[in-house]
Amino acid sequence: MADRPVILQIKQVVKSFGNVHAVNGVNLNIYEGEFFALLGPSGCGKTTLLRMLAGFEFPSEGSIKIDGKETRDIPPNQRPVNMVFQSYAVFPHMNVFDNVAYGLKVAKTPREEVKERVQDALALVKLDGYELRKPDQLSGGQRQRVALARALVKRPRVLLLDEPLSALDAKLREAMQLELVKLQKAVGITFLIVTHDQEEALSMADRIAVMENGVVRQVAPPGELYESPNCRFVADFIGRMNLFAGIVEGHEDWGGLNVKTELLGKLTIPHSERVSSKLHLAVRPEKLRISSEILPSSYFSFPGEVDAVVYHGSESHVYLKTDAGPFLCATLTNLSRISVRPKKGDRLWIGWAPEDTLVLSE
Amino acid sequence: MDYWRKSPKVFWSFGIPPTIWLFALFLAPLFLVWGLSFGEKQGIIEVAITGTLENYSRAVQPLYLQIFLKSFWYAGLTTFFCLVISFPIALAITSASERWKPILLLLVILPFWTNLLIRTYALIAVLRTNGYLNDLLELIWLSADSGLRILGLGDWNLFGERFHRFELLYNNFAVVYGLVYVHLPFMVLPLYAALDRMDRSYIEASLDLGAGQWRTFRSVIVPLALPGIISGVIITFIPALGSYLTPDLLGGTDSQMIANVIERQFKSANDWPFGAALSFLLMYLTFFALAVRALLTRHNEKGLA
Repeated sequence: MADRPVILQIKQVVKSFGNVHAVNGVNLNIYEGEFFALLGPSGCGKTTLLRMLAGFEFPSEGSIKIDGKETRDIPPNQRPVNMVFQSYAVFPHMNVFDNVAYGLKVAKTPREEVKERVQDALALVKLDGYELRKPDQLSGGQRQRVALARALVKRPRVLLLDEPLSALDAKLREAMQLELVKLQKAVGITFLIVTHDQEEALSMADRIAVMENGVVRQVAPPGELYESPNCRFVADFIGRMNLFAGIVEGHEDWGGLNVKTELLGKLTIPHSERVSSKLHLAVRPEKLRISSEILPSSYFSFPGEVDAVVYHGSESHVYLKTDAGPFLCATLTNLSRISVRPKKGDRLWIGWAPEDTLVLSE
Repeated sequence: MDYWRKSPKVFWSFGIPPTIWLFALFLAPLFLVWGLSFGEKQGIIEVAITGTLENYSRAVQPLYLQIFLKSFWYAGLTTFFCLVISFPIALAITSASERWKPILLLLVILPFWTNLLIRTYALIAVLRTNGYLNDLLELIWLSADSGLRILGLGDWNLFGERFHRFELLYNNFAVVYGLVYVHLPFMVLPLYAALDRMDRSYIEASLDLGAGQWRTFRSVIVPLALPGIISGVIITFIPALGSYLTPDLLGGTDSQMIANVIERQFKSANDWPFGAALSFLLMYLTFFALAVRALLTRHNEKGLA
């Protein structure tokens, strides 16, 4: 990505409402042709950031450059970006054609060109033949396609999408995720999507910025974000995570870290980078192994008991209580139709490979 | 919907009093007046209902038709000015902060707390030749004039030799001015309701797509506020059409509206049948206007759908 030109440069951006900093010093470079996601819980400032890019809010401090041009004094109607609103905001008094044509007509595009470009945009979102429909005759998914076509027909430098899939049902959402990715590759426009749904971000984006309390915590491709989160918040927010607090007691010559945890005792973890003395250890549920027999000696392993089993179809979440105290969650993939699954009260060994342990700063 | 079927007692106990009220105090008197409009005067107080159409044929004489026409014209002007003035007010209230909204709305409704007669007299005090508005204008004239004198331009009398007070009362201007003043809240409130309900993202979407403020207003805000505009126009136009007090107190001899003529029939002229006919003619015309509007909106909705 870094070999492509930067299209959006966000530098030290702060947005304050009264004495609340909704966005608090965000730095981001977004590259041309990228599918970028701003991910975070509600209230983390991601929508405010998006609205500043569209020009509906103005940064209290810092600068936003689109295509190298400072945007501070550019009103929303003159920015080379277009937005797909969370509510879609498809004009209810105009039919599909007029909705999509609106941006072109406003720009005084010649009639013939308007017609051609609207047809192309509608074909792109598979809505050809719907030109004369009114928004109230469309389903939620179709209205969203209208909103997409209406924004894309303007050929923006960046397309901003504000929680575009949140109003769709689960099946349609999954189909739309795939379609959005295909569409983005087809048109080659930079997409910037705001979402609180980690699965949505992981499955669609080339890179993701995770935000918390107005600050970007980590910017990384999906795989890196999941397997190597850089802090406790990201680890906990993306997917499920077993977390334990610990204190560093010493380093081994071979690059190992001696960590004392309150509940699981002393553990030696392969980790060569420098860390603060107080940290968190983390392990993903799917990396846990549970067995009725003792685990290989290379594993960290603890005796325990099954506390609950939650069946999710393709997988089951097994909640385990170790004899030492902490609860752990393990994910079991239900590979065979008929198999013996652990039950509540079963005595088991619980463990994981040391290299699957994540070391997280506070 | 058919909840009342399940508990008819509740339905009737709630339904009967207002029904009686409506019949006894509204429909029955209305029916009496309707009957009177087909009557003939016999003596000073007796009226015989003979089924004559004489009253109606008198009511459509050019003299009265002209007054009808003028009433429609004044009511139309009033509605137009109310609409033009109310739109920015309603927009401003909509975009005000949550703390200010109730206060601004209160300011709009506040005139209702004072009797119309008192408000109209207050308006007279402001507009009359020796009124506050002329006092203020004279003050401005005097200070401007003395400013000129200080500059040594006094002898030129650039602003005229002396201040001429404006005749602001007892003419058609005063009537329309007063009607606009009285009916403004009737327009602001439905407009505000329509605009406040409107999803802000429509406006933002329009701006985002490259439209300027004016284009957004014209192509998005006005069409989406249309139901509010229509109800505002109706509830302004109808009472303005039947205005009595305002033209009576603020108007001159030639600015009487149809309600003043009707009042005269019932009181000084003591011609109840003719007054009744004029009243009903006004009502028929209003109904006709409403029917046209209903047809137009239905057509519009079909076009929209």
